[in-house]
Amino acid sequence: MLKIRHLTRPGLEPVDLELAEGQCTALSGPSGAGKSILMRAIADLDPNEGEVSLNGRSRESIPAPSWRRQVVYVPAEAGWWADRVGGHFPDPDIAAPLMMRLGLSAEALEWEVARLSTGEKQRLALTRALLASPQVLLLDEPTSGLDPDAAAKVETMLHERLADGAAIMLVTHDTKQAQRMASKHLRMEAGALTPLPGPGDVQGAG
Amino acid sequence: MNFIALSYWDIGLASLLLVFNAGLSWRLRLGLEKRLVVAGTRMVVQLTLVGLVLKALFAVTSPLFTGFAAVVMVLFAGREAMARQERRFEGFWSYGIGTGSMMAAGTIVTVFALTTQIHADPWYDPRFTIPILGMILGNTMNGVSLGLDRLVSGAHQQRPAIEAQLMLGAEAPEAMRGIIRDAMRAALIPTINSMSATGLVALPGMMTGQILAGVEPVEAVKYQILIMFLIGGGTGLGSFAAVLSGARRLTDSRHRLRLDRLTPKTDS
Repeated sequence: MLKIRHLTRPGLEPVDLELAEGQCTALSGPSGAGKSILMRAIADLDPNEGEVSLNGRSRESIPAPSWRRQVVYVPAEAGWWADRVGGHFPDPDIAAPLMMRLGLSAEALEWEVARLSTGEKQRLALTRALLASPQVLLLDEPTSGLDPDAAAKVETMLHERLADGAAIMLVTHDTKQAQRMASKHLRMEAGALTPLPGPGDVQGAG
Repeated sequence: MNFIALSYWDIGLASLLLVFNAGLSWRLRLGLEKRLVVAGTRMVVQLTLVGLVLKALFAVTSPLFTGFAAVVMVLFAGREAMARQERRFEGFWSYGIGTGSMMAAGTIVTVFALTTQIHADPWYDPRFTIPILGMILGNTMNGVSLGLDRLVSGAHQQRPAIEAQLMLGAEAPEAMRGIIRDAMRAALIPTINSMSATGLVALPGMMTGQILAGVEPVEAVKYQILIMFLIGGGTGLGSFAAVLSGARRLTDSRHRLRLDRLTPKTDS
């Protein structure tokens, strides 16, 4: 589905990688190792070199905005451009059911962004990204600020997306979550990506 | 006209006020006396030189020399607008965006005024061209530098918000709309304020000058109103061009936010 060949930029060693349909790839590694740099490069948010293609179509042949609607990156700390939550959701009727499934009340659309907790922000940012039904999700620690119950809801939702054929790259420091979610495990260190042989090794590497 | 020419003796007498200030500073140990004297001397030298240049320019009324003087003025304005930025665009752009915008706005508005309202003969008569361009440029320069400064600092501060929109598939102009609006507002508010306050708080310098030179107050006021419109137009056009070019330079064809095209913050 998503093929990456020699993707590189300052702070990132050339990356070769494939994200398959319905597959979740877990990415671990210390802070500053280049995990976010890699995800930003895939989403084409910073100048980068290399070949990236989606379903055989090269990234260059697709206008950047439509590329990012199909390959969506959700950073660990998302940005907000309106004062109220509702300002980030053009169609509240579609957003509300998804928000409720992630344990948020539909009234949250009326809330001020400044008053949101970290966990609320994370779930709203994920909702925002899922609404466009992207084919590839690049998620940077999507449950780091969530209690176990809310994290489970997020995982359930992501499993459904995988079943629908989406590909997910998941940055997580939670080795158990990596085991629950992912079939492929990678580790990033000093800008270089290395595969981990199996889920059993993730604990030792984390 | 009952214009009263000043003698050098008159000017020397007025300079005693500055000398008095310098003495006060020395007596009160404000440490400003040297700066006062240097600034006063610079002012005298610069204005005298300008007077001589203008005298020579007016004597020849050549389109070439007038154009050259206008270009030099724009280049100085561009340098001044660049110097006022905390963060600048890298390379030529830091100078080019402001200067290009002022060049375009200054030329359009000045030529428009000279050819359609003032009817100077010839239209490029330096006696009209240079003062009008000077007034337009002085204000446009403020607008351009304020606008660019707000644009660049806005892009820095609101990077997460801008990129959040890009990540969800927004096009760059859409994601930049908020900071472009803020930058334009910052550029235009001083002009709007000065139009609102003029005549109530202070009498504009040009109008006062014309009245001192013996022009009827109503005629001087008509000139001042014309100039205010020209200044408003020039500031709007120049700021708009600078802010839009700046926003374009801050993004690229792949709709990315390119803060790497800025230099680090300078301490001013």
